[in-house]
Amino acid sequence: MLNPSATGTRRNMQQIRRLSSIRCRLVAFSLWCVTGLKAAAEGPQSTPSILAPASTPAHEIYGLSLFVLLITGAIFAVVAGLLVFVIIRFRERESDAQHEPAQIYGSAQVELAWTVIPVLIVVVLFLTTARIIFAIQDEPKPESALDVTVIGHQFWWEFRYPKLNIVTANELHVPVSTSQQPEPTYLRLLSADVDHSFWVPQLGGKTDLIPNHPNEMWIDPEEAGLYVGQCAQFCGIEHAKMLIRVYVDTPQQFEEWAKNQQQPGVQDAAAAEGRHIFESEACMNCHTIEGTTAHGTFGPDLTHLMSRATIAAGAAANTPRNLHAWIEDPNTFKPGALMPAMQLSDQEINEVVAYLTTLH
Amino acid sequence: MADQTYPIPGSLDAAPSRGAALLEWLHSWVVTVDHKKLGILYVVYALFFLVVAGVEALAIRIQLAVPNAHFLSPELYNEFFTMHGTTMVFLVGMPILFGFANYMVPLMIGARDMAFPRLNAFSFWMTAFGGLLLYYSFIGGFGLYGMGAAPDVGWWAYAPLTAKAFSPGHATDYWALALVVSGFGTLGTAINIIATILSMRCRGMTLFRMPLFAWLMLVVSGLTLITITPLTAAQIMLVIDRYLGGHFFDTQAGGSAVVWMHFFWIFGHPEVYVLVLPAFAIANEIIPVFSRKAIFGYPAMVAASVGIAFISLTVWAHHMFTVGMTSVSNAFFVLSTMMVGIPTGIKIFNWLATLWGGRIRFATPMLFCTAFLFQFLIAGLTGIMLSVAAWDWQLHNSYFVVAHFHYVLVGAIVFCIFAAIYYWYPKVTGRMLSERLGKWHFWLFLIGFHVTFDTMHFVGLLGMPRSIYTYEADRGWGTLNMVVSIGGFVQGIAVLIFVWNLINSYFHGAKAGNDPWDAWTLEWSTPSPPPPYNFATDPVVRSRRPLWDLKHPNDPDWKYER
Repeated sequence: MLNPSATGTRRNMQQIRRLSSIRCRLVAFSLWCVTGLKAAAEGPQSTPSILAPASTPAHEIYGLSLFVLLITGAIFAVVAGLLVFVIIRFRERESDAQHEPAQIYGSAQVELAWTVIPVLIVVVLFLTTARIIFAIQDEPKPESALDVTVIGHQFWWEFRYPKLNIVTANELHVPVSTSQQPEPTYLRLLSADVDHSFWVPQLGGKTDLIPNHPNEMWIDPEEAGLYVGQCAQFCGIEHAKMLIRVYVDTPQQFEEWAKNQQQPGVQDAAAAEGRHIFESEACMNCHTIEGTTAHGTFGPDLTHLMSRATIAAGAAANTPRNLHAWIEDPNTFKPGALMPAMQLSDQEINEVVAYLTTLH
Repeated sequence: MADQTYPIPGSLDAAPSRGAALLEWLHSWVVTVDHKKLGILYVVYALFFLVVAGVEALAIRIQLAVPNAHFLSPELYNEFFTMHGTTMVFLVGMPILFGFANYMVPLMIGARDMAFPRLNAFSFWMTAFGGLLLYYSFIGGFGLYGMGAAPDVGWWAYAPLTAKAFSPGHATDYWALALVVSGFGTLGTAINIIATILSMRCRGMTLFRMPLFAWLMLVVSGLTLITITPLTAAQIMLVIDRYLGGHFFDTQAGGSAVVWMHFFWIFGHPEVYVLVLPAFAIANEIIPVFSRKAIFGYPAMVAASVGIAFISLTVWAHHMFTVGMTSVSNAFFVLSTMMVGIPTGIKIFNWLATLWGGRIRFATPMLFCTAFLFQFLIAGLTGIMLSVAAWDWQLHNSYFVVAHFHYVLVGAIVFCIFAAIYYWYPKVTGRMLSERLGKWHFWLFLIGFHVTFDTMHFVGLLGMPRSIYTYEADRGWGTLNMVVSIGGFVQGIAVLIFVWNLINSYFHGAKAGNDPWDAWTLEWSTPSPPPPYNFATDPVVRSRRPLWDLKHPNDPDWKYER
């Protein structure tokens, strides 16, 4: 349950959101008309647009951005209008050739006026911004919040759920958070190597993952579905293929998913040969499969590999064919990925893939 | 061009052969300490690298035009965007602006040369060798992927990606050392400009009678001294980390990645003003001359420039809104960043007031300056959007930011550089640039610029991060990226026209005469090109526009100036 003060803040925020959405609907409409960027549907989209917010932080930023656009748009209209007027009105004409215009060196009153007006605008913008900064950054964490530790690696994401005892990679599952049943997710952001940045635009702003410098951010997606994003801080050769998929589940889906993730790896006798290769080759140095001798932590946890739709941090679909190609040579999808080509025979790869595809 | 020749010792021929004459001419450029020749060297050097970095940008744009392209490998892409940024800032922006300062400041303040001519030559050659060192990495840098690895850590080179563990080989060393070397050149020039302006002004030229160009160069040089220092310190710390077991930024040994960011951006943000203030300086000269009016509010313009310089030193962490600072720090940097808008606003309004009531002549320099005003307005407004920390959490490191800073660096600075070249080329070479080609250059570049960088804002709003060598097809960024790339090539064509204009007009341009634009500052009182040592007798001035006073003896400025 939320504590009383947090509930109050949340309610205030929703009021702010509603107010700002009324205030800004006109701006938003004209912006969409101009840009055509706003997709017709709400909810998760394949284009991770910051103009289609689906979580409180993203909504608040969006409302603020419309307000800022309104002010800057007005400034633009006035100043650009003046510039155009001046260009047209005071351009050189044949008639006034050889005639120097009147020389004016300045005017204290006018200059004072156009110093004071920007000062006032800055005050307004600053106060509005500060309010949203504090509302998002210093929002108290409700007890119902889900904790996830996000660890950035070159070039994939590790997700750990300390209270649920779940470890997974690249595809984050979080529960939907509604106003009746708020269940925001608090992400604790760490890095195993270099700087990364967690960015799923529809759910909120980005926050960096910096070694020796733990950070925190929160999201509370209000609609179930798949939200995409990616690493937003250059982290080396395959920075471009460090994609994020956030599955927002209904409470039942999330519970089922969590229950499955808590199980050890499936032991299918038919795939024993593949498992044996996995455990006796270098695979186990880097990967973990719960219930086996593989406890490596350098690469993604594979205990429930088949519960994920993609491999290689979103670089390829999770199909047996792609798994085969990936094990044979990761450079196929991701030149520069830190996993080496495993130098296994075709037969061995087939066995390993057969084993991996049992890991539901 | 100054015709001073420096005979090679031992060459006794009264009439040297053609080859020897060429050699002597080249030699004269290598050993020169003349501020005008060094100015030209800076500008030519910078234009060369402008083309090089432009080619890198076009390769980047080909790669990004469609999703999942394979035009560039990831390694090469990362090298190209790193080198593009580093080159444009350190080998194009600063050298070309210091080149203008070198050439123009002594002429404008009635001096015969810079205060320290030999330091001047030293500084240029340090800068030049810094550039060569950086580009030698393409041949000699032994990186992770064998020989020929250029730096690939981004021009901001965030730790710990630059640590030995993550960047083996020497590519990162080339980057750090090249910037140290060219940084020393930059510091030398800054000291030289400050000394020249403070001690070499002609009789009657008080500080408040200096052309605004000289004023802004004084401010820029002061700012350069302050900002290059932390950069140089950070590079040396980085090299210590990499070779002497230092742990400044080595996070695996308890170092701090965030400290590098602070060092870099304490340099990096004022650096934007080091680049943009000279652009303002150019606009301050061109806009009045082509409006036929004195600059409006000269004292306010000086104050605003000094104000921008000071405020720019307090805003660096707006590049770090996403690194997890406290809410109070975030709010502080929001406020300080927004405050830059106040003096900047004063400048824009003063330029508008200068145009107001004028008789505006749209020759090519003025066309570029007018576009500059328009684009700088937009760049300033997107800057305000980015200063809104909460919004920046979305926009940071997206293509919106890339669009914003290219609006500043290209839309404002490069446009002003082109304006300056069209404006002063007649003074430097004695010949006019072709107006017809100039108009082609302007309109094509303007269209290309807007197609590219206007569109880029929207790609950013759709969630595309920067520094990625490719993107997924289903993201919906493909069409817009294609448009961006097409605009890039239109700009490339415009630059080719410009280069052709520079070369062709040097031989076939119309003779310029002393004062083709009917201007007012001292450089236009000299022949074109100005002779060695500029002035036969020291000029004496009584106002900010000495040539106006000469041309209008009945209505001189000094009667009215405040």
